[in-house]
Amino acid sequence: MTRKYTFSMGGIHPDKFKITSNCPIEDAGLPEMVYIPVKQHIGSSAKIMVNKGDKVKVGTLIADADGIVSSDVHSSVSGEVIKIEDVAGSTGYEEKMITIKVEGDEWEESIDRSDKIIKEINFTPEEIVKKIREAGIVGMGGAGYPTPIKTSLPEGKKADILIVNGIECEPFLTADDRLMVERAEQIIIGARIINKALGIQNAIIAIDENKPNAIATLTALCKLYIGVNVRVCKTKYPQGGEKQLIKAITGKELPSGKLPFDMGCVVQNVATVHAVYEAVMKNKPLFERIVTVSGDGIEYPSNYRVRVGTPISYLIDRAGGMNENVSKIILGGPMMGNAIVNHSAPTTKLTSGVLLFKEDKISKKEASACIRCGKCTQVCPAGLRPFAIKQAVVYSGPTDELRKLHAGDCIECGCCAYSCPANIPLLDYCKIAKQEIRKK
Amino acid sequence: MDNLILLNTLILGSIGLISALVLYLVSKKFMVETDETTVKIVEILPQANCGGCGKAGCADFATACAKADADVFANLYCPVGGQKVMQKIAEIKGFEVAQKAQTTAVLLCQGTCQNAPAKVVYEAVSSCRVANRISSGQSGCPDGCLRLGDCIKSCKFGALSLNEETGLPIIDSTKCVSCGACAKVCPRGLFEIRPVSQNGSIVYVACRNKQKGATARKNCKSACIACMKCSKINDSIKVENNISYIPADIDVEKFGSELAQNCPTGAIVYRENVRD
Repeated sequence: MTRKYTFSMGGIHPDKFKITSNCPIEDAGLPEMVYIPVKQHIGSSAKIMVNKGDKVKVGTLIADADGIVSSDVHSSVSGEVIKIEDVAGSTGYEEKMITIKVEGDEWEESIDRSDKIIKEINFTPEEIVKKIREAGIVGMGGAGYPTPIKTSLPEGKKADILIVNGIECEPFLTADDRLMVERAEQIIIGARIINKALGIQNAIIAIDENKPNAIATLTALCKLYIGVNVRVCKTKYPQGGEKQLIKAITGKELPSGKLPFDMGCVVQNVATVHAVYEAVMKNKPLFERIVTVSGDGIEYPSNYRVRVGTPISYLIDRAGGMNENVSKIILGGPMMGNAIVNHSAPTTKLTSGVLLFKEDKISKKEASACIRCGKCTQVCPAGLRPFAIKQAVVYSGPTDELRKLHAGDCIECGCCAYSCPANIPLLDYCKIAKQEIRKK
Repeated sequence: MDNLILLNTLILGSIGLISALVLYLVSKKFMVETDETTVKIVEILPQANCGGCGKAGCADFATACAKADADVFANLYCPVGGQKVMQKIAEIKGFEVAQKAQTTAVLLCQGTCQNAPAKVVYEAVSSCRVANRISSGQSGCPDGCLRLGDCIKSCKFGALSLNEETGLPIIDSTKCVSCGACAKVCPRGLFEIRPVSQNGSIVYVACRNKQKGATARKNCKSACIACMKCSKINDSIKVENNISYIPADIDVEKFGSELAQNCPTGAIVYRENVRD
């Protein structure tokens, strides 16, 4: 019996609903029009490099990174730039987007489109980081932190382990799962590329035990590569969180306010690692990703390879259209994702799933008074007291109070709201608390 | 038995006496000198502790008043007590009171359920702060009223109430003391404290939507579309970021009704007899 790794504090076991885990990745095809936001990452918006009327190819740089914490944005289709202006995004707020009308499918010549797997890494660490930067790769797990920063060691720091995050603990989502099954070798080589950039010898691919196919494929392949190993983790939500995963794998707790680099760890999502492989070996910028379209509101739940900027409504039509009585569409996973206001909004580099739910699936229970059961404190993986944070937010006291409660350490996993017997939307309050702390 | 009762009474009585003596001595020794003027001013103040004056509360305001010289005093103003209270404080201090124009809070949005119908259903926490963070709101206007009433909860003077029909808060200007609590709490900054003119009328642009005209109109029938008509009537009106702003010092009596009549979408609001 092998040891199963997991984190110790908090966590919940929601139903998995991984209905699409056996659906192979299909190409979503090309929509008529794509809307590419210039800010799909944390940090400053990219500078727009194209003008209205310009012809672009697949992979053409359309917006250049502005500063270190920023990222390049590439065209995901070939065609003509129709307009560059503010368009309502998934939240209804306007974002700067480049609208491209699709004409054919012509790729930049520099991109290697063959399926051949290149194993030899003949680049220096500097070259690798440069290639990652030029490909506009960001953390595809959801945070959107520019990857080049995470693949270059800060001065005086040393990393000794790379953790490839293949946990995908959110219910319904299977995008990473399928990627690990179908692109296993590319992921392993990608991990080796990042290892070379950082000067690390060891890489661990962490996978939840509810993904037997991915575990089998990767374990078999890892035997061929020295220094890359698979670790099977016990299924628990939110194991995919950076801090939780470090705790699960290394047994070390990441203190508040510290970065994984301080502990000698680097955590990268599998999708990011795959994108790194494609960027370095195939010169392919990040312009497409795997998106799970699922939920009981969709005719044919499936996994799609989607070009960045494809409207959500196009994806829904591609998956057979909406069922009747769909009353909620969520971007991302059901635990951490947000309900969208506008389904003509585009998918981005960070969209891991589009979930459609019928009216009866959605909990619409009225929130009642807190009964002080302490359930939220028990399940909080960050060790916070969500009910106290809620109280502090409602009475809008000084921000010092929120800081004392360490509300800034909240990872917004939603365990508290999920387990609250009084149906109090604790997560919403925690999000406000974080916002309030950041303001000051 | 009698002895026991007597003994208890004596012991308790003496403990009480000694404690009283100690307390008396300590209070004499560590007495905090309070300024007489401060005490007097505190008595006059309305004790709303709203923070509308910019100080931490009424006591803080009183201390500031007591310390102030004539120049500083001219800038101190209790919005709740108004001119009457300031007059009384000035008498104590022996200063003159500068005449302040009457002000009231106004809502810079007309996105009623009729003008800006809801396109999506909002089901999360009934709080504007939460809703503002999650999405642009039910109507789709990214700068409009979210119609969830955080401002109503924040008003300590009962000047705000919800109009069930329109979904927007109504401001009762007779009760409004311009403390600015609503302006602080509104996540979209839709409240403005504006001066009321001599004859009690007021004019303002009730829209903050910065979208282009066509998009703004799609979201709300009475949005400002930046047509520039108002700026042709009075030069001081500036149209920036697709939104018009009428400066507070405009001659309301002269231009007010004309501005409101000429606004094609009705985004400019002109009200008479605000204080009645």
